[in-house]
Amino acid sequence: MSANAKELRNPLKRARGLGSAQSGMSHWWTQRVTAAALVVLALWFVITVLSLLHADYATARAAVAKPWNALLLILFVVTMFWHAVLGLQVVIEDYVHTRWKEIVLRVAIKFLAVLGALAGVLAVLRIALGA
Amino acid sequence: MADTRRPLSPHLQIYKWQVQMVTSILHRATGIALAVGTLLVVWALLSIASGEAAFDQFKVCMGSPLGIVLLVGWSWALFYHLCNGIRHLLQDTGMGFAIPQFVRSSWLSVIVSLVLVIVVWACVLTTGGAA
Repeated sequence: MSANAKELRNPLKRARGLGSAQSGMSHWWTQRVTAAALVVLALWFVITVLSLLHADYATARAAVAKPWNALLLILFVVTMFWHAVLGLQVVIEDYVHTRWKEIVLRVAIKFLAVLGALAGVLAVLRIALGA
Repeated sequence: MADTRRPLSPHLQIYKWQVQMVTSILHRATGIALAVGTLLVVWALLSIASGEAAFDQFKVCMGSPLGIVLLVGWSWALFYHLCNGIRHLLQDTGMGFAIPQFVRSSWLSVIVSLVLVIVVWACVLTTGGAA
């Protein structure tokens, strides 16, 4: 079967793990799915902000507290940070060629994004639940 | 000595600028800008959650000359990334890869994003100055 008789490993064993990075397809799809969601959410966000242009504090707070607005805001914040992490990952992989710097940057961005997303979601919940 | 007669890929500074490469570069640049802009959304939500004084401070910062410049920049980045993002989503389905179509859709992203940012800021100005 093999030209080299000493090679006892199955060819599949040698091929495994040397192909793609395994999670690329899921990254690609998630980036597109979050993008499609953000088309709707970002347009809704811009229109909502425009409708609140010169609102005083009570009006702005009441608008965020409305159930639908609170729900869509939470969706917007989470999807926005998720899409940002995926996009920045690609940028870093393209331009940062020192492995440790790449890893540190990617982890730092992920930490910041989770922090930002949780802070945003918690703020909406505090407003919506009146705490 | 290396054979220098082979065709070399020109680097950016001596590359003939075309709209296709501008849209590609801008998509990345606006993506990075928007990733930073996520913090603005979180800041707004946190300020509403923490009370009237914090919200007023947020409004003062955004109404300052620097704040308005940043807001105009971010709103254009958002609309550009949105328009060009929709273009890329359509291209992911295999549409629009003939060179004339590709050039036309590039211009479309740039022009529609500029129109949208002008419409939004016209809304802001006609409802009585930036807030």
